[in-house]
Amino acid sequence: MSEMIREDGRKYNELRPIKIEAGVLERADGSAYLEVGGNKILVAVYGPRESYIRRLLEPNTGVIRCRYNMAPFSVDDRKRPGPDRRSAEISKITADALRPALMLENYPRSMVDIYIEVIEAEGGTRCAGITAAAVALVDAGVPMKDIVVGCAAGKVNDEVVLDLSEVEDKEGQADVPIAIMPRTGEITLLQSDGDLTEEEFQQAIDLAMEGCMKVSELQKEALMKKYSTE
Amino acid sequence: MDIVPEITRESITNLIINDKREDGRALDEYRDISIETNVISKAEGSARVKLGGTQVIVGIKPQLGSPFPDTPDLGVLMTNCEMLPMADPTFEPGPPSDDSIELARVVDRGIRESELVELDKLCVEEGKHVWMLFIDLHIIDNCGNLFDAAELAVMAALKSTKLPTASIVDDEVVLDKENTFDLPINNEVAMCTFVKIGDKMVIDPSLDEERVASARLNVGVTREGRICAMQKGGKYPLTKDDIFTAVNTAISKTKDLIEYL
Repeated sequence: MSEMIREDGRKYNELRPIKIEAGVLERADGSAYLEVGGNKILVAVYGPRESYIRRLLEPNTGVIRCRYNMAPFSVDDRKRPGPDRRSAEISKITADALRPALMLENYPRSMVDIYIEVIEAEGGTRCAGITAAAVALVDAGVPMKDIVVGCAAGKVNDEVVLDLSEVEDKEGQADVPIAIMPRTGEITLLQSDGDLTEEEFQQAIDLAMEGCMKVSELQKEALMKKYSTE
Repeated sequence: MDIVPEITRESITNLIINDKREDGRALDEYRDISIETNVISKAEGSARVKLGGTQVIVGIKPQLGSPFPDTPDLGVLMTNCEMLPMADPTFEPGPPSDDSIELARVVDRGIRESELVELDKLCVEEGKHVWMLFIDLHIIDNCGNLFDAAELAVMAALKSTKLPTASIVDDEVVLDKENTFDLPINNEVAMCTFVKIGDKMVIDPSLDEERVASARLNVGVTREGRICAMQKGGKYPLTKDDIFTAVNTAISKTKDLIEYL
């Protein structure tokens, strides 16, 4: 791999600075706050609680519902409040990314709600949302097999690099966000857009998984900070 | 569905009849307040306010647009509120609820009627281009009294707002984002919210106090102690005395609140 230095001074395999905090809200059952680069993300979790939406109810298992929402002031040009096609898709794949880690079969007819609020966006919000949501789920005490973590790799100036910034995402050639369960390495989210050769794709996955493992340590640190008794 | 246990209702009411509150405050005492400004670098103005456990984030985004036909030389203010489901287990996603619309409108009334934003200075070209200020309220934690927290947050965010300078070159608006100017503001306003429990008016209600209250009164007061906005809410009436007492307290408390800005 190259020694290239990126626009913001990072090496190809370097993450943006990350800050994670668990348990930041009073009313939610669980919550987390995450900053990565210029992204600021708040996540709240409710449940498992009785499903107040009848048609979503499953007799043999709990269900997970996720809402990804961007604040109108989170981007340069004000975003109109409310759901759009992009946030609907991200909400869906985020729920899909987190579901495998949850032991919902123990909670029939119940619902876990995850609310992801992007307070400020600077590229890579879906992975940041998943990472923060997993911390909030632990904070809520929802039984899980693993703490899911998300991270992206991409291609900028023909180089495969880790954790694209907003500028790199706009000017870059490809973006591959993934989420994994770090204990087993199983992938729970994978998207890819842009142009990659098979070799570059493999590099991107390896790099993103490496990134996930680093972020995973920070998730655990944040939870230890909140819950260790010392 | 939000059911208040009878025992909560009784204990809160009994305390207040004896001039006491569950968290030890006086009837005219606020919870701890903290204000942080410039919390969103992508917004031209922003603030995060904590009032006890209640948390509100406000972001201000300007956009150039056409003025209203009856005020061709004035800028436009628009206040919008999202009561996020993360703030309260009973808030649901979707279009704004009645409560959310009321909150946005009452907060807006305080800002608008005090005429503290000099809208005439937000005109770029009369009849064609004016600045529209979008004030977006994000309610992230509801531990009671969203009104006062939101009004403080909007006020703090407005005071931190910087707009790019706009000029007309060849009939087109040119923005200079390097040269910004402070949003012209000539006053300050704060809101004091009371609820009636028993026969007492209680300032800055906690969530449980709100839930057992019979009525609510919001009073917006300017720096000079002039009343610029009011709203009564809740199922039951207020007496004239209740209202006069509340207004009197609000005028003295506003000075303290404005100190935080």
